[in-house]
Amino acid sequence: MDKRVLTIGLIAVLFTTTSCGIDYETNVADGTRRQVLHVGNGDEPRELDPHIVTGNIEFKLCMALLEGLLSRHPEDLRLMPGVAESWREGDGGKTYLFRLREDAKWSNGDPVVAQDFVFSWQRALLPALGNNYAYMLYYLENAEKFHKGEIKDFAKVGVKALDERTLEVRLENPAPFFLQLLAHQSYYPVHRETIEKFGAADERGTKWTRPGNHVGNGPFKLKEWALNRRIVVEKNDHYWDADAVKLNQVVFYPIQNATTEERMFRAGQLHITNNLPVDKTEYYRKERPEALKIFPYFSTYYYIFNTLSPPLDDIRVRQALTMSIDRKQITEKITKAGQLPAFNFTPPDTNGYTAKARVTYDAERARTLLAEAGYPGGENFPVIELMYNTSEEHRRIAIAIQQMWKINLNVNVTLLNQDWKVYLDKRDSKDYQVARAGWIGDYLDPITFLDLFVSTGGNNDTGWSDKRYDELIAKAATIVEQEKRYALLQEAEAILMTELPVMPIYTYVSKSLVSPDVRGWRPNILDQHPYKYISLTPSQ
Amino acid sequence: MKQSMADVKGAISASPRQDAWRRLKKNKPAMFGLAVLSVFILLALAAPWITPYSYSGQNLELGASPPSTGHWLGSDLFGRDMLTRILYGSRVSLAVGFIATAVALVIGVAWGATAGYLGGRIDNLMMRFVDILYALPFTVFIILLMVVFGRNIFLLFLVIGAVEWLTMARIVRGQVLHIKQQDFIEAAVSFGLSRFHIIVKHVIPNIIGPVIVYATLTVPNVILLESFLSFLGLGIQPPQSSWGLLIAYGVETMEEYPWLLIFPASVLSLTLFSLNFLGDGLRDAFDVRDGGVREG
Amino acid sequence: MVKFILKRLLQAIPVLVTVTIITFLLIHAAPGGPFDEEKAVPPEVLKHLNERYKLDQPIHVQFYDYLKNALQGDLGPSFKYPGRSVNEIIAAGFPVTFELGCYALLFALLIGVGSGIIASLQPNTCQDYVPMAFATMGICLPSYVLGPLLVLLFGIWLEWLPVAGWELTPGDKLLPSITLGSVYAAYIARLSRGGMIETLSRDFIRTARAKGMPESIIIFRHALRVGLLPVVSFLGPALAGLLTGSFVVETIFQIPGLGRYFVQGAFNRDYTLILGVTLLLASLIVLFNLIADVMIAWLDPKVRHETING
Repeated sequence: MDKRVLTIGLIAVLFTTTSCGIDYETNVADGTRRQVLHVGNGDEPRELDPHIVTGNIEFKLCMALLEGLLSRHPEDLRLMPGVAESWREGDGGKTYLFRLREDAKWSNGDPVVAQDFVFSWQRALLPALGNNYAYMLYYLENAEKFHKGEIKDFAKVGVKALDERTLEVRLENPAPFFLQLLAHQSYYPVHRETIEKFGAADERGTKWTRPGNHVGNGPFKLKEWALNRRIVVEKNDHYWDADAVKLNQVVFYPIQNATTEERMFRAGQLHITNNLPVDKTEYYRKERPEALKIFPYFSTYYYIFNTLSPPLDDIRVRQALTMSIDRKQITEKITKAGQLPAFNFTPPDTNGYTAKARVTYDAERARTLLAEAGYPGGENFPVIELMYNTSEEHRRIAIAIQQMWKINLNVNVTLLNQDWKVYLDKRDSKDYQVARAGWIGDYLDPITFLDLFVSTGGNNDTGWSDKRYDELIAKAATIVEQEKRYALLQEAEAILMTELPVMPIYTYVSKSLVSPDVRGWRPNILDQHPYKYISLTPSQ
Repeated sequence: MKQSMADVKGAISASPRQDAWRRLKKNKPAMFGLAVLSVFILLALAAPWITPYSYSGQNLELGASPPSTGHWLGSDLFGRDMLTRILYGSRVSLAVGFIATAVALVIGVAWGATAGYLGGRIDNLMMRFVDILYALPFTVFIILLMVVFGRNIFLLFLVIGAVEWLTMARIVRGQVLHIKQQDFIEAAVSFGLSRFHIIVKHVIPNIIGPVIVYATLTVPNVILLESFLSFLGLGIQPPQSSWGLLIAYGVETMEEYPWLLIFPASVLSLTLFSLNFLGDGLRDAFDVRDGGVREG
Repeated sequence: MVKFILKRLLQAIPVLVTVTIITFLLIHAAPGGPFDEEKAVPPEVLKHLNERYKLDQPIHVQFYDYLKNALQGDLGPSFKYPGRSVNEIIAAGFPVTFELGCYALLFALLIGVGSGIIASLQPNTCQDYVPMAFATMGICLPSYVLGPLLVLLFGIWLEWLPVAGWELTPGDKLLPSITLGSVYAAYIARLSRGGMIETLSRDFIRTARAKGMPESIIIFRHALRVGLLPVVSFLGPALAGLLTGSFVVETIFQIPGLGRYFVQGAFNRDYTLILGVTLLLASLIVLFNLIADVMIAWLDPKVRHETING
């Protein structure tokens, strides 16, 4: 075992292995040639069943494999015909009549009929299925009662197939955003025969989503699903708009680590990434601006206060804390990807709604408020604990805010990072003082943000409750006219921004790297990019 | 062999400690290691007098800057002085490294030596206990500890020590099985010495070699393990720092701001090499077996 | 010998049962449940999920059920991945992890034992320092530093090797194997160097030298047997660790192995998954520690008698 022999051996091994690797065609070059898109998709999807999964990762896959009554334009997200070729609103926004297109087909050739939607929505509401997004269907008449087991007869729920191509929908209350929901996965149809072949309609985790078994109605069909390696979907020839689909395949890689993903992109293994490491934005801005795609995202980053325990039960303390952080510095120096400093809770320009109420950065005023609350110069102010779930970005923001509160208010803060489930548990049981939080809107309407903080809201972990606020939100739900509705929501948000159970910090951006070969990928506020419209052309 | 016999009789040679120290002093790499470690410890203690900066004071406008006259080792993403953060970090890291290793050392050696020497059913029982501890899911264990006891630096020492002693115990046991067949132990037994006496006075000194080697490897390992525990929330929390955390964060930005990785990693490497040199030197110096003195 | 092995295998049963019990209690005691999400799960949904996975039953009933099924080889459904059974997840990940572990071990032994022996022949000279410095890099540069470094060097700058993946592109197994093996190489190098130096100064080696035996026979046939004892003791649990994967290496290189589940299973409170992988780890530990003990006995004739009859 001479050292020289060892070294030579090692070098030999290295070269034999590498020499075959030197000239291989990159995934991207090969994919572009064959219209195969390679996509980083964040994580292994939990399932491909649209009535079980809730995450964005799964949504991207469902969007390729299935199609709802309506779909979205890839650029401005306006609603477009999907399975429904036309629709009509009636009864003051309480009923809808959908006309299904004749050529809509499942990937096995069966026609997509109105009964499919009745079956699918019933399935989504079956209690035993354990669908976390069942509440998205509560806008249908009697859907909530059915889901909670108060009524057993699904015929009473507001969806009915008048014939094979006509679907009638009745709502509990008029909801101006209802059509938006139809492009959401929870309203997607599933193929009845396939579901029932592999188990009962409400059985979780049957094998119907496996390659070979899966039947969908989307532009692509499932070809391969290798756990933690990749999911491959290929063009579905039975899709009604198959001629418009340019890609032959999409390959999804479950890459969790953003740094790994970025390196794979740089090495030509991916066309599109799911994310971008914080510190890489600068590099791409300078070196490869054409690949960097940053766009405001329908999501707010904020801190919540536990308003039940002192000193945060004092509104002046909450106001002081909220006023003493420099959001601009956080987005410019910490998050660095063009996030928008958030001075109110809803993201700007949500379907025509921009909040008028704003919090400000005013350290002077903050000190006065803190003094009024009985802590002049931060004196006697107890040490408060700021909890966040373990993540590099949350850590950085917490460190910066910790320091801002210290400097501006002389308030001492300890940081506590917790693993995700402990964090959720502590939030839920209000065993915290200040906690990091984020919210992604479910559909393009400010209500998906504002109804978080009603007294009975399952996601209101602040302990804050305000009668007037609850009334405004409830009232807005009954009004169809957008302008009047938004006026009520403005009033509600003004209350929220005075009482401040939440401290908005910034509006997220979606960050992706996209190869210049990719055509038809357009940034948008929901970060949704239907693969139907994407094609590949060599860029050089 | 002669000296081993002498050892057994308890007639320890005039001043083995002085002997050992003299031998150690002649060993240049070991003295280098000792010097480096001493300097690090002194620097850690004197941190507030060395640097004008505070480890938590931010300068977001400055941000990450390469080494300069103002910041000798550069500054981190928050504009905090890296030298200061490494110095303060060394307090945590060195303390964790040495204390947790000591905990592991004591438990591991005692456990392994006892199991190996007593043998039979007791050995079996003790080693199966070690097997069980090996298999338990570490992450769940830490999450629970956090929840039950909250964040506590002493818990950190305990947890790390409790994990690291397992392999130590296995190595020691393996050595003891070998040692106890040697003539001098049999001689000790025939002199009617108690088991405890034999284990402490005769078995353990003879397995000190692998123990020192393993311990010197445990120190850097423990220093890095601390960062994992801190990630999970068990260890220290920002704005405090430690070498392990600085390295872990440095990796994230190694292409953009390489100095954030290079300096803490170098400090850790230097510590490891010093420890290795010192460890080897100590082992040679204290090696009493087979006449003890060995050149080289 | 056979009796000894059989006895140890029998002892594995109480070990595995104890590990299962403790793990079971630990994960159920951890706050947060498998179905907690950022968006609060409606209570009625949660109720059905708990019923579906029998989490509404008393814990001893749950444990009994689990054990009963596990004995029949059924580790239950994963909570996080409703469509996957734990058996299926392990079956998909273990071969990958096993293969990677074997390469890493090979690398570790080659570098570790190789440089350990070379160093021990001329202690405290350049022939000692250079290979040892090289071998111990693995400890100063833990895998989360070494991995990205290797990727940058060979993947991005030199463009010789793929930056990540497993069986995606030729050559993608090399960097993760080196990364995973390097830490073990460092331990093995240090332990074998120490062991060899001590052994080479022993009486029986001196006797052999005095008899004029060729140095290579002394080293490889006599000294190595005893000198590698600490390495073998270390390797038992280390192998079990290697073969159950590494969260860090798998994440950096995007490898579909098992290691991730030890950490993620715990974070997700995926009770059955964490129990499943823990049981696998426990079995491997029992197995490899047994093999290590047998090897110690085989390497050291004097111990053989003691261990095997003990």
